[in-house]
Amino acid sequence: MAAVDDLKFREFDDAAHLLAANPDATTISIDEPAEAHKNQHSRRQEPGREEDDELLGTDDSDKTELLAGQKKSAPFWTFEYYQTFFDVDTYQVLDRIKGSVFPVPGRNFVRLYVRSNPDLYGPFWICATLVFAIAVSGNLSNFFIHLGRPTYRYVPEFRKVSIAATTIYAYAWLVPLALWGFLMWRNSKVMNIVSYSFLEIVCVYGYSLFVYIPTAILWIIPQKVVRWVLMIFSLCLSGSVLVMTFWPAVRDDNRRIALATVGTIVLLHALLSVGCLVEDSYFFIFPPASVTCYYPRLEAWYNTGRDTAGKSF
Amino acid sequence: MYPKKSSTLLRDWDLWGPLVLCVSLALMLQGGSADSKEDGGPQFAEVFVIIWFGAVVITLNSKLLGGTISFFQSLCVLGYCVLPLTVAMLVCRLVLLAGSGTVSFIIRLIVVIAMFAWSTLASTAFLADSQPPHRKALVVYPIFLFYFVISWMILTFTPQ
Repeated sequence: MAAVDDLKFREFDDAAHLLAANPDATTISIDEPAEAHKNQHSRRQEPGREEDDELLGTDDSDKTELLAGQKKSAPFWTFEYYQTFFDVDTYQVLDRIKGSVFPVPGRNFVRLYVRSNPDLYGPFWICATLVFAIAVSGNLSNFFIHLGRPTYRYVPEFRKVSIAATTIYAYAWLVPLALWGFLMWRNSKVMNIVSYSFLEIVCVYGYSLFVYIPTAILWIIPQKVVRWVLMIFSLCLSGSVLVMTFWPAVRDDNRRIALATVGTIVLLHALLSVGCLVEDSYFFIFPPASVTCYYPRLEAWYNTGRDTAGKSF
Repeated sequence: MYPKKSSTLLRDWDLWGPLVLCVSLALMLQGGSADSKEDGGPQFAEVFVIIWFGAVVITLNSKLLGGTISFFQSLCVLGYCVLPLTVAMLVCRLVLLAGSGTVSFIIRLIVVIAMFAWSTLASTAFLADSQPPHRKALVVYPIFLFYFVISWMILTFTPQ
């Protein structure tokens, strides 16, 4: 037996070591792809395993690629088809979130984490959480700003939830659609462009929005400078994830088109974050004049403005 | 309502209880103070839609992640677990009748947090068992979000 094993696993160093360390490692027979997916962190002994050197280290989630060819065979009108999009475990989702918050320069998010197992769980629930985070913290910031003014009655501004939801979901789904279409079109013209599937793009966009959730919560702080700094910081983080994902895809293309593509991605992302912050004296208003008593210079400026303008502003 | 595991309870699902709870919660939440028509509190239809739509989405989510619970069983559980929050809403209204100062806010906050925790734990106890082992957190989180939103609506309710 040992000789046979040596023969079979000679070229797979880490697998041989693992087998030596844990000879009782259970194997799951692959009669049901879903089962094997769930047990992916037990080492497999199947001979002729064809994982190639592209795999990054011993990342567990990459072991699922063994069955990549067997997935997604159900027709699209059955429930099982959509189940394949939710085929992630908790630690995978957490890994992807970590990857979006701490972008490592040079590492491609899609290649590192998604690896042809794109999921819809992350994008959908991150968008939902973001919608409610913005609505709740916008509400809270209004509340704290107006705290102490006896004439103010607290109102939960419920309509804003639907507006926030529409904006964020539209961004997270329509922009990837447009980008995917664009990449497909370029792919037909320039042969060596790497193209991602639509779901992978949706995945990247969804996870890149995660960093806005703590940002939205921190936006309760009513200082203008703090809010802008937070916004720029989160824009850099999530923008860098997007840029590092899509730069390899377009860099083989015509230089100008590549730059234009990446620039558009960043611009749209910036528009989203600026829109949430600024144009929404809607979600997050800035402190009105009554708070300027903390800042004497502001108060003086405000008063001169009042006098010269002849009306309050 | 007590979080004990009983699958027989799950088999006899019905939607009357959740319907009654949802309607009563929506009635109580209706039309918190509005200076203008725009900025009022959630209207009846909005609360109703949020609760049912949220429950449907969570059920779909748990089924897509590979859960073994049936669609209506899950709806039933989520609906019945709104009961603690309905009780919290009732208590909040009574407390607000007495006045709306800081003390009443703290009382309401404590009550709502306690009921929110109870709802989440109760529904988790029922639903998490039907999930594959590595995905329990993925299923619990939307439930948490759902009850958080309802609790937020209850907590921010101000009467006219």
